[in-house]
Amino acid sequence: MNEPRKAVALISGGLDSMLAAKVIMEQGVTVEGLNFYTGFCVEGHTHAIRSTDRKREKRNNALWVAEQLGIPLHIVDISEQYKDIVLNPKHGYGQNLNPCLDCKIFMVHKAKAWGFLEENGFDFIVTGEVIGQRPKSQRLDTMPLIARESGADERLVRPLTAKNLPPTLPEREGWIDRDKLYDFHGRNRKPQMALAAQFGFHDYAQPAGGCCFLTDRQYSAKLEDLWQARGVRDYSLDDIVLLKVGRHIRPAPHFKLIVGRDEGENHFLEGYRKQFVHLRIESHLGPLTLIDGTPAAADLKLAARIAARFSQGRDAERVQVSVHTPDTTVEMLEVTPAAPTEIAPRWYV
Amino acid sequence: MSDAIEVDARGLLCPLPVIRLQAAAKGQAVGVTIKITATDPGVRADIPAWCRVHGHAVVAERQDGRDIEITVKLGSAP
Ligand code: SF4
Repeated sequence: MNEPRKAVALISGGLDSMLAAKVIMEQGVTVEGLNFYTGFCVEGHTHAIRSTDRKREKRNNALWVAEQLGIPLHIVDISEQYKDIVLNPKHGYGQNLNPCLDCKIFMVHKAKAWGFLEENGFDFIVTGEVIGQRPKSQRLDTMPLIARESGADERLVRPLTAKNLPPTLPEREGWIDRDKLYDFHGRNRKPQMALAAQFGFHDYAQPAGGCCFLTDRQYSAKLEDLWQARGVRDYSLDDIVLLKVGRHIRPAPHFKLIVGRDEGENHFLEGYRKQFVHLRIESHLGPLTLIDGTPAAADLKLAARIAARFSQGRDAERVQVSVHTPDTTVEMLEVTPAAPTEIAPRWYV
Repeated sequence: MSDAIEVDARGLLCPLPVIRLQAAAKGQAVGVTIKITATDPGVRADIPAWCRVHGHAVVAERQDGRDIEITVKLGSAP
């Protein structure tokens, strides 16, 4: 090896990308981490919102990984451009609304654009991909496709599965030693766990489905519901954040209730009170409820009855509910809380 | 600390406050202080972690109601 080379590693916060970066660092290459914020990341968000989750140790896994590795981590907000990936994935979706293959291509492309800038001066890109790890996006045939379509081509190195692939430029040029790369494949996690132990890594995150909410069935159902109700496949950052908060109840196509489930969520929803018609329970302790859509007066009454159902007045005869519009007009309603049987199971999104 | 650059990240969820802080720090000289105000309690863990990996230091942290103010002094890393 002549001059020291620089690599930019995609860091998701999971074990594989952590190991991949470490394997390359062990070869004397200078590595820096890159993490993308898509808006759907499992990081932070709900952990910070729900009161019940507050006791759990909060950490951003990507930052935690960077700290373990002792490398800088750059977090890049791609949420705006990422929309096009979610809405129009050329290679389709995985099991839910997760466009993993397009997502990978996009992220590697972004890493290339960022890392190969003259001011950043990186020589190649490292990812934690493993052939056969994910049935749709991490396969023998998707590896060259990602390299090609991202434009990273021969400068994309997957240290954990490299020996199952043709040598890349950094290997051929001797920047890294192919013999010290790995041949992991398939869904078996044991080799990764053994390598983690060898490097002395413990307490790493092992996300079950994937690195983002789009792999979650319920979350995807809520996003589909939003598109269907609005008649257009689009979303704002607020939309996708709100899909992670509260109970979502849609009694009719033109409106939906978002009911806070605890104090933390109520507080979080307060931040949206200027954008939504919202309901407060006045006579009892109860949740804050946002109404998304275009409810008519009769709909608001039904919404108030449903909201009352989730208040401490659920068994009371009458519950007072105030209806607030974003322009701050307030109307008081007195309602009978909805009986559980009145809230159809299919209304729960 | 009156000459600190101020970043308002209230109402934003992690990691957005960190991204805002990172943007404010870009191109600034060593020793510059940045005061970020946020409401997501996650910043208490994330901002110090971000500082540690970049060689910056958290010099003050205080809570004012729901607002969390963290003051960061930029270190040697770019
Ligand atoms: S799980 Fe989400 S972030 Fe991860 S590759 Fe798939 S779409 Fe992208």
